[in-house]
Amino acid sequence: MHEDMIRVEHLSKIFTTGFIGLGKRIVAVNDVSFNCKSGEVIGLIGESGSGKTTTARLILKLLAPTSGEIYFRGKSIWTMPNREYYRCVQGVFQDPYSSINPVYRVKHLFNNTSNLFREVPKNEASHRVKEVLELVHLKPEEVLEKHIDELSGGELQRILLANCLFVDPNVILTDEPTSMIDASMRVIVLNLIKELSEKHRKLIVFITHDISQAFYICDRMIVMYQGLIVEQGSAEDVVLNPQHPYTKRLISDVPKLKQKFKLSMED
Amino acid sequence: MDGGNHDILIEAVDVKGYYDVPKGYVRAVDGCTLKLRQEEIIGIAGESGCGKSTFGKILMGYDKPPLRMVSGTITVNGVNIYSVTWNERKRIWGSSIAMIPQYSMNSLNPTRKIRNLIVDAMREKFRTGISESEMVQRAEHRFKDLGLSSTALDMFPFEMSGGMKQRAVIAISTLLNPKVLIVDEPTSALDVSTQRLLLELLYYIVKRKIVGSMIIISHDIASLRQICDYMYIMYAGKIAESAPMERMIEHPLHPYAKLLLDAVVTPEPEIRKRKLEGIPGAPPQLIKPSIGCRFSDRCPHVMDRCKSEEPPYLALEPDRFVACWLYGEGMGTDARRHDQS
Repeated sequence: MHEDMIRVEHLSKIFTTGFIGLGKRIVAVNDVSFNCKSGEVIGLIGESGSGKTTTARLILKLLAPTSGEIYFRGKSIWTMPNREYYRCVQGVFQDPYSSINPVYRVKHLFNNTSNLFREVPKNEASHRVKEVLELVHLKPEEVLEKHIDELSGGELQRILLANCLFVDPNVILTDEPTSMIDASMRVIVLNLIKELSEKHRKLIVFITHDISQAFYICDRMIVMYQGLIVEQGSAEDVVLNPQHPYTKRLISDVPKLKQKFKLSMED
Repeated sequence: MDGGNHDILIEAVDVKGYYDVPKGYVRAVDGCTLKLRQEEIIGIAGESGCGKSTFGKILMGYDKPPLRMVSGTITVNGVNIYSVTWNERKRIWGSSIAMIPQYSMNSLNPTRKIRNLIVDAMREKFRTGISESEMVQRAEHRFKDLGLSSTALDMFPFEMSGGMKQRAVIAISTLLNPKVLIVDEPTSALDVSTQRLLLELLYYIVKRKIVGSMIIISHDIASLRQICDYMYIMYAGKIAESAPMERMIEHPLHPYAKLLLDAVVTPEPEIRKRKLEGIPGAPPQLIKPSIGCRFSDRCPHVMDRCKSEEPPYLALEPDRFVACWLYGEGMGTDARRHDQS
């Protein structure tokens, strides 16, 4: 039987403010359902405040949902022990600077991960570290001894992706993984992410505001707006033939190379 | 006026701007040449660390240590900006040339209302004879012109959205109708719809002659493409290629320009049809750059000559310059034929 890798059912998350939650209610994620299979790249698209990052945090068990359920291979993720779950599901976060302890050297980061997840001999682990760093086009001998603050944002983001690959999970959630990477390197990282799904049958949840990047690598896209899913479908359908007015506007406002905006002089 | 050519607002020739650091100096801008005409919008594109923002600062005449103008000349609106004192430059800033630095919309003092910010700016930055009340009046008018209500003047920066703040910053910087406005990364950290409105606004202020002309510095080539007439592509402190926008997009010549344009992802059908390549490797350290072409380490067309000699910045067509040995020295026509095949 072919099961869904991740299945999200009627997921909602409401944040409340004030004393015992009597203040404002913010519905960050509103009745969201979708499912995804291994070997897929799913784009979770939305602008700031659309709830895409909250959805990712829920899937990563970093937040408890207000209602709804998330299943990993048919099992509710809340019944799974954390260590087992995180061996299968890993995330790469938006801000690389706040994701790593700033007093670490890069090798400490990998040591920790290695101790936590892979009970493998030391020499094999260090071999594997080199492998994953080369995958993201970094030179192991150059970066491993460096402190976090000696690296650029783009390098850090690639290191985090490498760290995630080191665990070798089945599912990788990436939240704006290329926001600090330059254009020339960005497509290389995107190609790598695509390859992970094609060759290694990983499920990639690609969370971004950048519909161009998502269009380049995603098989399916889910467009979120104010906590709701407004449109989902194959990447081609969503981008080339959008149905929802929000998606239409989003796509028409993205600058393109082949055509120019119609610039109206009257305001 | 310089040679009676009233049309040219900025003429920068072989400009070098270095940062002094303990180990020597970083050659952030190393021999760049640029020309800006009346009513023109030009874009300077490049990746992080290529020197594009430093170039903007140098063009302003803002060479505060550790940045140092080393050689070359910059003429802004007929004035050689590095031949005048700092105080005289202050008179030029705001009226002849103004700049909106990166992140400026997040640099507004949160404890001051926009109205007070304008007064502050007048007093400190723009040394003019205009009275404060007249300035505020002008600001009110300008705010309306740029689609902000005049009540925005009495707002604190944190009460405004990103798009409003960006508009307010543009309104304040253009109060004296500068001949040249330099904008550094105007669209970063904005949602796409706000981004689009901002690009339209920048276009509008040039077409309505609120500013004479504009230089936009950005890594986002697709955004530059929307409103710029001419584009410079910088790599490692040097200009790799400059060309009118359409020709640059359709037919880039420099290998770096080609690869960079190829790596731009947009939601257009052809993007999914092939695998984009990107450019493996990293730009060189600008503290001790190698002799020869700075792109030679990453260039797919590298020749022996590229490693030892620096390519000249040559005119291939009127209005089009390329610094690459593929097109160098007397083989101009050949090179172009080679490129079209």
